[in-house]
Amino acid sequence: MAVYVLCLVLFCVGIYAILSKRNLIKIIIGLIVAEHAVNLFFILVAYRIGGRAPIFEPPPVSIEPMVDPLPHALVLTAIVIGIATTAFMVALAMRIYEKYGTYDIARIRELRG
Amino acid sequence: MFILIVLLGLMIMGALVAVEAKNLLSAVIAIGTAGLGLSIAFLLLKAPDVAITQLVVEIMAVVILIRATIRQGLPSSPMDSRPLGVVIALGFVAVLFLAAIPVLESIPEFGDPVMRVSRSYVDGTWRLSGSTNVVASVILDYRAYDTLGEATVLFTAVVGVLAVTRLSGRREQKDGAQEAEQGAGR
Repeated sequence: MAVYVLCLVLFCVGIYAILSKRNLIKIIIGLIVAEHAVNLFFILVAYRIGGRAPIFEPPPVSIEPMVDPLPHALVLTAIVIGIATTAFMVALAMRIYEKYGTYDIARIRELRG
Repeated sequence: MFILIVLLGLMIMGALVAVEAKNLLSAVIAIGTAGLGLSIAFLLLKAPDVAITQLVVEIMAVVILIRATIRQGLPSSPMDSRPLGVVIALGFVAVLFLAAIPVLESIPEFGDPVMRVSRSYVDGTWRLSGSTNVVASVILDYRAYDTLGEATVLFTAVVGVLAVTRLSGRREQKDGAQEAEQGAGR
């Protein structure tokens, strides 16, 4: 339970950064932190105390108890999609900087006129 | 699980430094701390495939973010958050935290997952796919369309980044506009 709560605290730090920061790079950093927390939460749910990694030995002997392999596969996909969206967000932020000369979302709103 | 709690505390501190640092470059490096700590946490939680992927992806993310911050120079104005905005954000985060605690109490206890779906995957891995790694058999065999969709998302992101950052199209468009003006003037 304590581990879940710490994971939730990490998620809250990310949400706080998204909501309160004015710098575009800080907002992207907040999104990355929240994403880390969600991925960690899935792996925490899959963990079994004293479990083994879900890899058989070549002649398939029983490896019980093992951790739950399905969330691992889903998180693997989520991590790769996360880096793709992060790269796209950074590209958009750099384009905005080229056009307006600032990362400050409040000033970008003023400059749009 | 004491090590895991210490590691999570380190990640939270790294994230806080990243969120509150004045210098963008140090913020990006602090987010690297959180990501690499996450990779070690995956290793402790017996997820080696995910840990390797996270390691590679985190290094890539830090490189991309440094590319965005290093050339632009440091922000001249400190860009302080507005006090009212900070209060509203903190209130929202507090409500989120308090609302999520009962949810966390209702899911299965830490260290005892319900393996209802993955039981069939585990039983069939060797017999049906011939793989010794259950995670690899799930992403490449049972849920191969998921992985195809993931590759599609990656490709779309690459196309989007190229479309947003390329310079040649914009310059040609500007030349074309000038030529059109000249043509109209003649």
